[in-house]
This record gives sequence, structure tokens and C-alpha cells, in this order.
Amino acid sequence: MTVLFIVLPLAIVMAACFLFAFIVSVRKGQYDDLDTPPLRMLFDDDQRKGAQQ
Amino acid sequence: MDPTEPEQFCCAGCRAVYQTLHTCGLEAYYRLRETAGKPVRQSGSKFVSFDTPAFSNLYVRDAGNRIATVDLVLEGVTCAACVWLVERLPRVIPGVIECRLSLRQATVRVSWNSGQVKLSQIAEALDRLGYTPHPAKGISRNDLHRRQGRKLMVNLAIAGAIMGNCMLVAFALYSGRFGRMEPIYQQFFRRLSAILGMTSLALPGAVFFRSAISALRVRRINLDVPIAMALLVGGTAGAVNVILNRGEIYFDSLSVLVFLLLVGRFLQFRQQRYADDAVELLFSLAPATCTVVRDNGAIEEIPIEALGVGDLIEVKSGDVVAADGVVEAGASNILQALLTGESAPVAVGVGAQVFAGSQNQGAALRVRVTSIGENSRMGKLMRIVERGVAEKPAIVQFADRVGAWFVAIISLAAAGTFFFWARTSVSLAIDHSVALLIVTCPCVLGLATPLTLAMTIGQLARRDILVKSGAAIERLSAGGHLLLDKTGTLTNGRLEVVEWQGPEELKPAIAKLERQSQHPVARALVEAFATAESSSFPLSRYTGGGLGWGWIHQSAGISPKQLESETKEYVLSAIEDYGDGGLRANLLDRQTGSQQLIHIGSPVYIARSSVSEDSEFRRQCHKLEHAGLTVVLVALNHVVVGFAALGDRVREDSATAIDSLRKARWSPEILSGDAKPVVASVAKAAGVRSTSAFGQMTPEKKLRFVRERRKTAPVVMIGDGVNDAAALASADVGIAVHGGAEASLAAADIYIATPGITPVADLVNCARKTMGVIRRNLMISLAYNLLAGSLAAAGKMNPLICAILMPLSSATVLTIAIASVRHIGRANTSKGGRL
Repeated sequence: MTVLFIVLPLAIVMAACFLFAFIVSVRKGQYDDLDTPPLRMLFDDDQRKGAQQ
Repeated sequence: MDPTEPEQFCCAGCRAVYQTLHTCGLEAYYRLRETAGKPVRQSGSKFVSFDTPAFSNLYVRDAGNRIATVDLVLEGVTCAACVWLVERLPRVIPGVIECRLSLRQATVRVSWNSGQVKLSQIAEALDRLGYTPHPAKGISRNDLHRRQGRKLMVNLAIAGAIMGNCMLVAFALYSGRFGRMEPIYQQFFRRLSAILGMTSLALPGAVFFRSAISALRVRRINLDVPIAMALLVGGTAGAVNVILNRGEIYFDSLSVLVFLLLVGRFLQFRQQRYADDAVELLFSLAPATCTVVRDNGAIEEIPIEALGVGDLIEVKSGDVVAADGVVEAGASNILQALLTGESAPVAVGVGAQVFAGSQNQGAALRVRVTSIGENSRMGKLMRIVERGVAEKPAIVQFADRVGAWFVAIISLAAAGTFFFWARTSVSLAIDHSVALLIVTCPCVLGLATPLTLAMTIGQLARRDILVKSGAAIERLSAGGHLLLDKTGTLTNGRLEVVEWQGPEELKPAIAKLERQSQHPVARALVEAFATAESSSFPLSRYTGGGLGWGWIHQSAGISPKQLESETKEYVLSAIEDYGDGGLRANLLDRQTGSQQLIHIGSPVYIARSSVSEDSEFRRQCHKLEHAGLTVVLVALNHVVVGFAALGDRVREDSATAIDSLRKARWSPEILSGDAKPVVASVAKAAGVRSTSAFGQMTPEKKLRFVRERRKTAPVVMIGDGVNDAAALASADVGIAVHGGAEASLAAADIYIATPGITPVADLVNCARKTMGVIRRNLMISLAYNLLAGSLAAAGKMNPLICAILMPLSSATVLTIAIASVRHIGRANTSKGGRL
């Protein structure tokens, strides 16, 4: 079971990496506006279809 | 409208938008549109002011390389299709690089190449699409909010991640309790738990310590004091126990605590930010430009901020005067209701002084600016407002008051436990009192109270009541002095015909005649009598015959205008407008050809015009005038045949709303800048005692009044004008109502977008119910604390029980809070539906 001494800190370091990624995304403003981007995604699809025609 | 066309439009605006979209190849808008749009209003402005250097300095940011960005607030943004349409702007206008629209804030960030296209062109294009743009004011405050929001979210994320990991480690420790765990692993887990827990306390948990310290520094106790105490004691004891390798550690419970409390705070912050944003939006929609007439006669539109002393500005009918000044040309009526509270407009002519913030209700004026900013009357008023803000009493929030009791009781209980167990063993005594301090932490209050308030604020926002602080809701539930401004709350805020005595057949002729005047009295008469106007008027009773109606209109002496209009039956000719609402004209009937002279005007005007008046009429007029009404007399061939009484009508719902407010222990009083008899009659109609109605109140007097009333009980001030702003700011709770001035918006804690006082009664009702929920939650959490506290004092508490009890109690209280606030919302909506 001594593997715990390595695995557990490793797990926490991994968790910290994800946390860091989240914090970076918040600081970049990805969570400032939660209403518009989901709609915007739909339009991009639409535009591509228009381009094909 | 052509019925044979395949596309049908409700108005020219919508057709223009359709054509614009069609030529740009953007018809997909109509497919994406979720709501059947409202008729489009295009302002038709050229947005010249958007290109001035003054505008650029204020709102435009230079991103270098000739690329500039600006934030514009758009009118009429409703759904996904708007986002789509606005963000297609770069395809329509070459030179626009990017458009990003935020749906909730209705704000678009435009970046464009300043070498290729002018901002005014972009603004014009947006306007053509039906989204009238305004520069977004208060960007710095918005940025501040955004930074705060991000910080809270980062803290929440850290606390959440640590909580999860801490719980996992705790699981291992708890299962180790029942099975057998080698001491080396147990110690490892305990150390890990301690590292995680201490990080949680040190990083996201630091807010509680900071808040507690700043409260203690001013010798006050808030809810964060007992929370910080529990965190500090738990953290220290846990760390010591880990180092000494003995006793219990509570890091899992502590990290859950930090996370849950931050959730509550985050939700409350978000709700309040929504309200702030909505108010910000209203700010930005206020006009920011004015029209300047240059020495060479050129007319320019510039931002108000760029205005200088000595400039000549043009104030069109319906516009708000941008700066204090003296009238150079024109004559009109100026409504100063927002500045002084006076509901009757004032007639102004050349040489008269006009003030910023008043509204021009008559013909266009040219005004020479005499003072701006700080020195203007508005600037002086704003200084009084600032004084009011500085005086605003700090509200000791309910949770903080309870927090003080918590600290006292918990400290006593902990001390008692310590001394009781100290006789047996000092280490046991420390363990048990530490356990007591942790389990009795007022976490439930710290979470449920902000959550309940945030949910209520959300419910109210859906009904167009914007609450800027949760503390205001607490205050509203208690009762005290309720000070009301008259216009906009109790009354409709505009002149209406209250009474008409005279022949019905005269109504259409009066409406027709008064249509030629811009005076507010004339407008009220037109509004009241216009329905009768369409029906034919048997003028033969009064006049002979004629060929057609035609008239000469003299617009208050400056620009004589030739106006003509004909109907089937009659003609008005030789109309003369005396500016103060007095009009005279010749009435001609087409059938009989007879002619009569008609006079319409104030008693003073009628008396001047050698008209005979019978004493009965005179007596009635005096009575009505004494009641605060404006009287207009109508004379035919120099004989008074009828009169109309006009007043600002009291809303039908005012009396019932006042009654329900009184039941909620608010004693209503009226503070108005209007004349005393008017205020007295309104008070009577609204059911307020005449001794509690005060007229002719200046902003300074209102402020003094609020200050005086505050000595006896909490004060809620409701108003809409600039003249109320100081009082709104210094009252315990300031409520700005529909149609208010910017200044009052800024000073108030609550903004109600629907007119009338009924929403205020609803708001108070809602506040009372919300506080009921909060109190009930307090009782539940007290019961829990009593149970957990006595377990801890008896030495029966261990980290496992603590870890189960804490989330359990939070879950109970939260469920109750959420369910009851939903219920409040539903109850009120259904009531609204019935009304």
C-alpha cells in the first residue's frame, strides 16, 4: 500500500492542474456572459450551411 | 400597406428593417426570431456626435493600429435573433472588425478600423436595424463588478476543489476508524487533510477573517465573527492535533463550511449584480447629446459633457434641457417636475432662466448656456445628494445582529464546557470545547440568509422591481415612516381633465382648436375630447354657414405659421394662441355659414378678453381652483358656456395600496414640491391624513425632513425626481419609481419600473414574507445548534457525527428556504394575475 504515498499526492496535483485551468478560464472572462455564447454557437452552424449553398 | 404584397408590415419602421435585411442577405433573422417582434422604432438620428473628439475621449478605446473599440447599449435587444443580426454587422459594413453582443446587458462591443469607417455610420446602421445605440456609461464600474465576480468564482472553485479532496481523504480516515488502519497511513491521511484544510482556510477562507477583523476594528460584531472564530479554533486545534498526532481533526467539516458559505455569497453577489446592470442600462439610455448652434449658424450634435459656458443650444419640444442657461429665442412651457416637484409647467420667454433637467413641453427654444457641471443647479442638487449618501445610516443586517448573540452564547457555552471537563482532564476539556465551537458555527445562517435574499431579489426582478441591496428588504419588513413623493407614485404624473361642465357638442371643436397649442393643458384637453372629435358636430346650433375650416396659428409670437385643415362640417379661422393656453378663433359652419367667436383659456385670460361670466360659474371655478385644479373656461360670443377642470389624477389603486402599507405598520406621509392645495387634495383622495401631507418642499427641506423622521423610526422614501434624490439617498431605504431622473436612480436602493404605489405594497409584502422565511430558518438552525452543542458539551461529538450533521442541517434549511421563496413568488404572481 506504500504506493499511496505517491498516488495520492499525484492525484491532488492533477486536481490542482484542472483547478488552475478553470481559474485561467475565469480570468479570461469565459464565465462573464453565460447567456449569449450558447446561442452564438448555433449561428456559426447556420452560417456554414449558407456558405455551402 | 398593400394587401397584394407577399410581405405585410405593421409599420414603416419594420418595412425599412426588412428592406435593410433583404439587401444585406440577412433574412435568416426572421427564422431565428423567437418572439414576434414589437414594431420597430428607428430614431432616424445621424449620430454625428459619435464622431466628435469629445465622444471619443469619453467612450472609445484605442486598441492601436487604427483599430478602436466602443461599448454601445442597444435598445430593443430581445432574443437570439438579435444577437445573430447585430453580430453580422462586419459583413454588412466594411471596416467593422467585430461585434460581440451580450444579451443580458444589451451591450455590444464593436471594434472597427477608424480609417475605413466612421462610428456614426456604424451607429446609423444599428439604428436602421431597429437597435438605437447609446454609449455605455459606467464602464469602469462594470469592470469593477466583473473583476469582483471573477474573484468570487475563483475562490468558489478553489474551495470546492479542496472540499472534494478533503472529503475523499476523510472517507479513508472514517473507514479507518471502524477497520484497522496502520498508524503510518493514518498519519499520512491526517497530514494530507491538514494541508488541504489549511489551504482552504488560508486562500478562499481568508474573506471571513478579513471581514471579521474589520468588523472588530470598529467594535462591531457581524456574522463573520463567529464563523471566523470557528474556522480559527478548528484550524488551530486540528493543526496542533496533527502535529502532536493525537485527538480529533475537523478539516473536512471546515472545508465544507468554507465552500457552502462562499456559495451563498456568490449567489447574493450575482443577484445584486443583475439589479445593478439593469439600472446601469437605464442610465445609458438617458440622452447623452444635445444640439449646439454654432456662431455661423451650423447645427451640431455633441455629447453633453463637451458643452461649454456661452454655447447656444437648441432645445426641441419634448427634449430635456441639457444645461442651465438663459432663453435667447423662443417662448415655451418648461416642466420642472423632476427638479422641483412642481406639476404645473412654467411659461418662459426670451430672457428667462431655464435649468438643466427640466423638460421643454412647448415650442423649440434657443438657450445660451450660463453654467455647467458643478456650478449648475443640477450640480448643486447633486452635492446635496452626496451629503445625503454620506449620511445614510448603515443597516445592521439581521444576520449580523444574530451573529453578535451567537458569539456571546457560544463563547459562554465553550467556556462552560471547558471548565466542566477541566476537572477530569485538560486535554479532554480542550477537545470538547473545540468540537462545540466548530459544530455550532452559524453556517446555516451564513448560507441560507443570503440565499433567501438573493432568491427574493430574483423574484422581484422578474416583476420589474430592481433591488440593489438585500439589506433594503430586511428594512422594508419592519415598518416605520413611509415618505411619498406625489407625482409618479400617487398620481399619474400628467394633467388630465377631471371635470367638464358645458355642452357636449363643443368638445370636438375644443379638441380641434387645442390641437394647435403645445401647452400641456391643451394636450390634456385634446386627449380627453379627441374621441368626440371624430363624430360630427352639429355646429348649426351655434353658427351660420361656411365653406371650410382654415386657420392662422401664431406659435407664441416667434414664428407665425400658416396652418390649414378642413373637415366636412366646419372651419376654424383666425386662430390666435396667447401662449398661456389662451386661444381664440372664429367658428364657421359649412351648412349655415354663420360665424361665432370662441375663447378658450384660463380665468385670467378670459377676464382680460371682456367676456361676461355668470356668478354661478365663477363660484364653481373658485371652488375647483381652491382644490388645486387648473380651470379652463370656454366662451362663445363673449359668454362663458362651459369650463373644464384639469388636475393630476390620483391613481385608482393608490388608496388601497396605502391602506395595505398602513397595515404593514408603515405610516404614510406625503412630501411634495407642488403647491399646498394640490398636495392636500391628493392626500385626501389617497387616504392620507391632511396633517401628514406637506407641500412646497425643496430638496433641502426634504432632506431635513428625512433626517428628522429618522430619529424616531426607519424611513423609507419613495420618489422619482432629482428633487427627491437627496432624500432618497439619506433615507434608510430609498425607492425610485418609474420615469424617474437619473439622479434618483443613482441614489435609490430599489428601482421600481412599473408606475404607481401598488408595486411598493407588493414589495413590502414580499419583504415581510421573506423575513418570515429567514426567521424560521434561524429557529431551525438554532434547534440544530442546541442539539449539536449539547452533544459536544457532553463529549459525545466526533468528527464523523459533525461531518454528517453539518451538511444535513444546511440541506434542510436550504430546502425550506428555496421552497418557501418559490411559494412567495407564486402567491404574488397569482395575485397580480387577479388584479
